[in-house]
Amino acid sequence: MTELPETPRPSQGPGEVAVVYAGDYVNKMSGQRIERECLTRMERGCRALVINFRDTELVNSIGVSILLGVIDEAERRGARVAFSNVSLHTLKLFELLGLTRLVVLADREEDALATLEEFSTTPPGH
Amino acid sequence: MSDSTRMVLHAFAALADLGEEIAETSDFEEMVRSALHVVLGAMGIRRGAVAEFDREHDALHFVAARGYDEELARDFSLTPRQHTSKGNGNGAGSLTHALQDFARVEHEVHDRFAGAGVEVVTPLVVRGELVGVILLGGKASGESFTQEDRELARALGRHVGVGLHNHRLLREVARRAEENQRLYESLKGSYNDTVRAFAAAIDCKDKYTQGHSERVGKYSEIIAREMGWKDEEVEAIAIGGYLHDVGKLVVDREIINAPYRIDAKQSSELNRHPAAGYEILRPINHPFADIPLMARYHHERPDGRGYPEGLTDEQIPAGAKIVSLADSFDAMTTDRPYRRRRTFDEVVADFRRNAGRQFATPVVLALCRALLKEARGETRPRQMMRLLGRDYVEERTLPALEQLIADLESGPHTTVMQA
Repeated sequence: MTELPETPRPSQGPGEVAVVYAGDYVNKMSGQRIERECLTRMERGCRALVINFRDTELVNSIGVSILLGVIDEAERRGARVAFSNVSLHTLKLFELLGLTRLVVLADREEDALATLEEFSTTPPGH
Repeated sequence: MSDSTRMVLHAFAALADLGEEIAETSDFEEMVRSALHVVLGAMGIRRGAVAEFDREHDALHFVAARGYDEELARDFSLTPRQHTSKGNGNGAGSLTHALQDFARVEHEVHDRFAGAGVEVVTPLVVRGELVGVILLGGKASGESFTQEDRELARALGRHVGVGLHNHRLLREVARRAEENQRLYESLKGSYNDTVRAFAAAIDCKDKYTQGHSERVGKYSEIIAREMGWKDEEVEAIAIGGYLHDVGKLVVDREIINAPYRIDAKQSSELNRHPAAGYEILRPINHPFADIPLMARYHHERPDGRGYPEGLTDEQIPAGAKIVSLADSFDAMTTDRPYRRRRTFDEVVADFRRNAGRQFATPVVLALCRALLKEARGETRPRQMMRLLGRDYVEERTLPALEQLIADLESGPHTTVMQA
């Protein structure tokens, strides 16, 4: 299975929204790559993350756990996470495991960006 | 596909993932971290930890944690047991013991981490022994844990437990191997000390050859190393050198210390010592083979004119050939009551004359090479020069030594000789 490049968009400044592409199989290796990218973006001040699952066919248990870890870390840092382009199969799994309760869900990346842009421009505490 | 079927498939896949992680991850902590991920991901749990149960110290050692980093210390000592059995003492317990251990651990974990949101504690039991626990926080769905969730946690826990148990066994094997190694080193040290004591006892009997056995050991070691023998073989030949004259312990002191050339009868008595040495050394379980044979055959000669059996070249063990030359070399280069030691020129001439006759040519060649290297300062420490005395090997004698080496190298009997 192929992996997408690690930096699909130029790095964002503080307050901006970052997009991370999940790749076709979210397992330990690709999950750690997603986690690394998300942490790097948040360390640079990003307060909103979109994880795009457009190519994702399968998410295994380690992948789910890593995504939960990313959501926890984002919460801890006061950032928000959106999932976009999630296939029906993966969406069902995320629903059953409770991930969809913790993130913004959007059909398309643009929709997710629009929702999160709104959030990222609102100063914390408002 | 129904939701329950989807969850069952996800759980099956998680079990497969877990098996793969446990079997293929060599780093223990990484394996436990991955196993924890699998458990959390299988049920959609946000926080969790895996701890090893240390029965000996009655403590939990946290190996991996997700989301509890601040709440969980690395070690967690349990409240001392009261009126409970410590098991059968060999680490393997009955299921009852495991359940008793688990009940205490679960109770204390709930007490200690109630505020941290630990909802479920799953025991990791292998062969009736509690090896650890998994702490699980709330589900991401916000729902309570169902009986099925607990069953799944236990099923996954069995695999994690096996991973912990195997690691514990490996640690134990490594610890015992280390202990055995230390014991072996200590025994070897005692053996070497005993050998040295024996060597000193042998040399004490002969007031004119003080230190002879030790020097023969050293020369033998140097020759063997020059011949490319392995470390343990070199160690063995040194021991052989130290003990080669042990048979002299049964020879009359008057004969050994005679300040004149001994007669035929006395010589015959003295010549008993190789066979006597063999008889002394044979019953001892030496860490190296052939040591008794080195004593028995160190007066044999390649030309068949040696004793006690008159063996010829191929029949003489390699170690005995080395000890034989080392013995003669020391005899030639030390003063005796009835003669002064030979000059180095004379020794080189003797080697030339007797290579292939009294001494095995490859052994002579190795000793000559080692001497030349030391004389030129190419090897450190200069052990032979120290034993022979600083000025014994003079610069002017080196061309003769070099010529001898060249002649022996081009001769017919220079095949490499192995232990």
